[in-house]
Amino acid sequence: MIVLAIYIAIFCAAFIVVRFVISKIRVRRDFTSLKTVTFGDESAVRPDRWASFLSVLTLFCLWGAFTGSDWVPFHAPGPFVGDTQFTYTMEAPDGARDDATVHARVFPAGEKGDPQDVAPGDGFAKDDSIALAAWRSDLLLMDKNDEFTRKDGAKVVAIDGQPVSPGSRIEVANGTVAVTSKGSLNFVPDPGMQMEPIWLPSPEAVVARVKEISVRGYQNFTLWEHLYWSLFRVIVGFLCGAIVGIPLGYAMGLSGWFRGWFDPIVEFMRPVPPLALIPLVIIWAGIGESGKIILLFLAALWIMAISARAGVSGVAISKVHAAYSLGASRWQVLRYVIVPNSLPEIFTGARVAMGVCWGTVVAAELVAAEKGAGMMIMVASRFQLTDVVLMGIILIGVIGFSIDILMRKAEDWLVPWKGRT
Amino acid sequence: MSKLSINNLSMRFDLPNGSFVQALKDVSLEIESGELMSVLGPSGCGKTTFLNILAGFLSPTEGTVTLNGHAVTGPSAERGMVFQQGALFEWMSVRDNVSFGPRMAGRKKKDYMDNVNHLLDVVGLQDFKDKSVYELSGGMQQRVALARCLANDPDVILMDEPLGALDALTREKMQGLVLKLWKETGKTIILITHSVEEALLLGQRLLVMAPRPGRIHKEYRLPFAAAGVGKDLRVVKRDPEFGEKREEILSMIWDMEEEIMGRTEEAKA
Ligand SMILES: Nc1ncnc2c1ncn2[C@@H]1O[C@H](COP(=O)(O)OP(=O)(O)OP(=O)(O)O)[C@@H](O)[C@H]1O
Ligand SMILES: [Mg+2]
Repeated sequence: MIVLAIYIAIFCAAFIVVRFVISKIRVRRDFTSLKTVTFGDESAVRPDRWASFLSVLTLFCLWGAFTGSDWVPFHAPGPFVGDTQFTYTMEAPDGARDDATVHARVFPAGEKGDPQDVAPGDGFAKDDSIALAAWRSDLLLMDKNDEFTRKDGAKVVAIDGQPVSPGSRIEVANGTVAVTSKGSLNFVPDPGMQMEPIWLPSPEAVVARVKEISVRGYQNFTLWEHLYWSLFRVIVGFLCGAIVGIPLGYAMGLSGWFRGWFDPIVEFMRPVPPLALIPLVIIWAGIGESGKIILLFLAALWIMAISARAGVSGVAISKVHAAYSLGASRWQVLRYVIVPNSLPEIFTGARVAMGVCWGTVVAAELVAAEKGAGMMIMVASRFQLTDVVLMGIILIGVIGFSIDILMRKAEDWLVPWKGRT
Repeated sequence: MSKLSINNLSMRFDLPNGSFVQALKDVSLEIESGELMSVLGPSGCGKTTFLNILAGFLSPTEGTVTLNGHAVTGPSAERGMVFQQGALFEWMSVRDNVSFGPRMAGRKKKDYMDNVNHLLDVVGLQDFKDKSVYELSGGMQQRVALARCLANDPDVILMDEPLGALDALTREKMQGLVLKLWKETGKTIILITHSVEEALLLGQRLLVMAPRPGRIHKEYRLPFAAAGVGKDLRVVKRDPEFGEKREEILSMIWDMEEEIMGRTEEAKA
């Protein structure tokens, strides 16, 4: 909740700053900047690069600040670390009361150490000393060293002077103390507002893990091998799908028989999400490479076939007529008119198919695989290795995004006439 | 030489709801080689349908079309077509568009390149030959379409409102170009237009069609096209005879339109 509020606050502040400060310095002079109607003209809405930069920076800083990263200069209040103490009041069976002090030493998360040496002090309740790590709690059997124990009928009646009974919870310095139903004390040091590494590791931990896994590997394969195998499956599956799907789509767009024959199959398979095929593919082909590639082939096939078919039906009839009346044969019409004219559609389909394949391969590896990005994060999550999981997710996102950018670049290069007819 | 004979052509479109449109009925016509014929008529009278049949994109429900004695059954290189717009290949340069026909015929580059360059000169696009089609203006694109058609050396050129999408000034220049190319090449040209002036200027023969069913209403033989070659077309337009003819044809088309309206009202009542 707090994080969301901070995020919205940063969003608004950055907007105001960039809008009124930076825009004054940087004056754009191009055609779009001269448009007066921008609200509603989609082509005039250009992503503000400052906003993109700040958006990524904000996410990174929030991540760092709430995980206590060394890379970020400011932090959310961390968990309490250091020495603290509280007192409890013990009531003996005969009604006599005595105070004792509990010295707690809280180590940084993940570290261990010895409690302080303390003198037992006077009275029948003796002082205690405990040691624990941040974000953990410690059940304190305070009466172990006392002259009267709970067995004798002694009980804690107050903490830091405030009266307590079993079940109550008291704020003490740097933490809270709860009285359990059995009458012992549970000390929880202040957790602060940062995330525990097991939920959200800090950026440097993730980077360190990248380095470690890229050298030493995880689950018998290095990071790059895991990613390579995922990419390899996607590319092979996608290429197979495209090699079969595009001619199939053309045939469906050009011949009534093909369209009639394959329409029911394509239309039926299209709405079936490839993820739903995973179990069947595992039954048929096991969890090896062929199963993955069959799955990705099926994922890409229908998308490519449909986009090739749409590409054929998108050809202006006058172009086809013109080609025929210039003496082109059927084959030449296909080669010089229909194929080039359908390229934009095919590229759009290929981008979608690549995205779907990438998502599907990760999902398939989550279910069952010996290697691959999805398998890596799935196994890591079983061992609560959140940094590996996070790293995997980030790299999967980065790769998916890069694939899309590459496809877009290829499209600009191969289909320069797109959208300009 | 290339004589186009059209015999009792009828075209009927059966509609899915069981009714039908008689787009053409009993059209008969002889077109001699080297004639430039323009076709006028109210919208929907079957001009495009007529041209598509001549091009071979549609087969008529009745009647035949023969060119040089053999029947037209499908599109072929002997009948070139210039469309209103959008029929160029965006993925090819201007030169590749113009040389498309010879390339498809498998001719050697050195055999056709001279002609292609000559045509690019004639239409004034020599400087643009390596540009992509989408970088050209509408008028330039139509010139490419003309050159592409001519580079294939067809016997008959069919044009469906080739200048319809152009502005008045460009259109006038293109009219001059069409006349010039006609004179130079001696091709048989059939040109559909919506503009009475254009039909008068460019038509050695002028066909006025009537709708429902589409048929030939009246035919003229005109002197303006032959006289206009290489001249300022505005001078031709100032000819009193030109004005007279224009008025006559305009009122003829108006009458047809009114008749259609009347019939529609009747049908409603
Ligand atoms: N494919 C088709 N199916 C059904 N009816 C058609 C079809 N093509 C044309 N028609 C009908 O045939 C008639 C003639 O159409 P056509 O396109 O030849 O007219 P046009 O004279 O070229 O009109 P315009 O001047 O507006 O281009 C019209 O009534 C039209 O509705
Ligand atoms: Mg028409």
